[in-house]
Amino acid sequence: MKKKIIHIVSLIILQFGCAQDNPPFIEDPLEINYSYEVIVDGIEVPWGMAFINKNELLVTEQSGTLYYVKNGQKKEVTGLPPVYFRGQGGLLDVAIHPNFSENKIIYMTLGADTEGDKKGGNTSLYSAVLNNTDLSNVSLLYKATPNTKTAQHWGSRIVFDEKGHVYFGIGDRGERETNPQDITKDGGKIYRLNLDGSIPNDNPFVGKSGAKTAIFSYGHRNPQGMIFHPKTGQIWEHEHGPRGGDEINIIKKGVNYGWPEITYGINYSGTIITNKTSAPNMAQPIYYWVPSIAPSGMAFSTSNIYEDWKDNLFVGSLKFQYLERLVIKNKKFVKREKILDNIGRVRDVAEGPDGYLYVAVEGKGILKIMPK
Amino acid sequence: MKLFLFFHFFGFGILVYFLVPQKSKAQSITNGSLIYNDFCYRCHGVNGVGRDNLIPPLKSSDYLLKNISLSIAGLKYGLKGEIIVNGKVYNGYMAYQGLDNEEIADVMNYILNQWGNNYEGFIDASQVEKIPKSIFEK
Repeated sequence: MKKKIIHIVSLIILQFGCAQDNPPFIEDPLEINYSYEVIVDGIEVPWGMAFINKNELLVTEQSGTLYYVKNGQKKEVTGLPPVYFRGQGGLLDVAIHPNFSENKIIYMTLGADTEGDKKGGNTSLYSAVLNNTDLSNVSLLYKATPNTKTAQHWGSRIVFDEKGHVYFGIGDRGERETNPQDITKDGGKIYRLNLDGSIPNDNPFVGKSGAKTAIFSYGHRNPQGMIFHPKTGQIWEHEHGPRGGDEINIIKKGVNYGWPEITYGINYSGTIITNKTSAPNMAQPIYYWVPSIAPSGMAFSTSNIYEDWKDNLFVGSLKFQYLERLVIKNKKFVKREKILDNIGRVRDVAEGPDGYLYVAVEGKGILKIMPK
Repeated sequence: MKLFLFFHFFGFGILVYFLVPQKSKAQSITNGSLIYNDFCYRCHGVNGVGRDNLIPPLKSSDYLLKNISLSIAGLKYGLKGEIIVNGKVYNGYMAYQGLDNEEIADVMNYILNQWGNNYEGFIDASQVEKIPKSIFEK
């Protein structure tokens, strides 16, 4: 009888211990039916990448170098604006204009101190014209304020919709009580601009007194993954939670995603931020990770190159150092699998114009995943 | 006269020592704790114990305590490739974080004197300044 009670008690404890983990649980693949080759090396932190065509791409090095890569050969792009590199900031994402083949315009997010106030930096969005390996017409389209020396939470990915908008995210810059819930302040937001940098008239907070009118959605923590869904045309975003509570969200106009009022995570120290995981007028994630994987970069596989991977979502894990494959059926996340286990800190993932998946790994460079 | 000159300069030296602000070890450790809890704790942990096979510990780390110059170089230039910490092999990559020499000195003083670690000396910015990247090739 005593044994039985101990057994039941330990089962209950086990139940509590595991109750936090959010299914589906991560799995190792039954069979590894892929390999990889390094197509670009010598980049320490390849933060973002953008394909021009199947042979040409741009890759950022976080410390402040932009590389133009053709057939595996990389050249440094000149004419960059000054990059403020510190902690999680620096030269972050790069993207090419939807009409790049005609206008040669690229976009970049980067840490900047354009005010020159020596008080640190904050995230900015630039556009520029790429002439072979030199930039001209460098324009600052947005600069978040104020500058701060904190290492944390700069965002930032760049995506486009099909209606002439550019979107980018900025993290809360370590000021969770100040920034994410306040639309008069930068940080903890997804922003939307017209492609020329002007603010769309139908942005949700246009006309609101004191609001930063570039804001499209708010209540975010640190978005380092964002993508235009190839089928639904929605913007999908993921963001780092604290300890637990990384989220995948579908970004909608004017919506509050809740940070730090609601979260599935706790402080790194183990203390509670809030007991609330939901609230009226605050959107729920479509998936959340507990424990955190520290997600960075995101891509769908749309080609038929890999067996069984079509329409799966791929997300890099900085923390566990693999690429995660997520299977979604009827809007439910039904399976999570480790790809390239122990490869290193995965910073970014993209589907190339050739349909292959490319993975940016810290300390390694750009890898191409090859089916066996 | 000689004696006068000696005391003159000696006195001047003492005066300079007290007039030019010297950063105390305690102040450096305090500053270092702010750096650590902004830049480092996410991977190395609030208790400095590291994580799994991926992130080496700082607490009671023989690599840290016996290779201070190499550890400084890791913060100054990034640390790549295989290292052995307390008999365990780690083969990860720690990126340079954009810290200046004084901040690197502060965070070193913090991690060398935290979680039971104990380092008699004191690291300052000039010591960090002197460490070249070529130290990794030795």
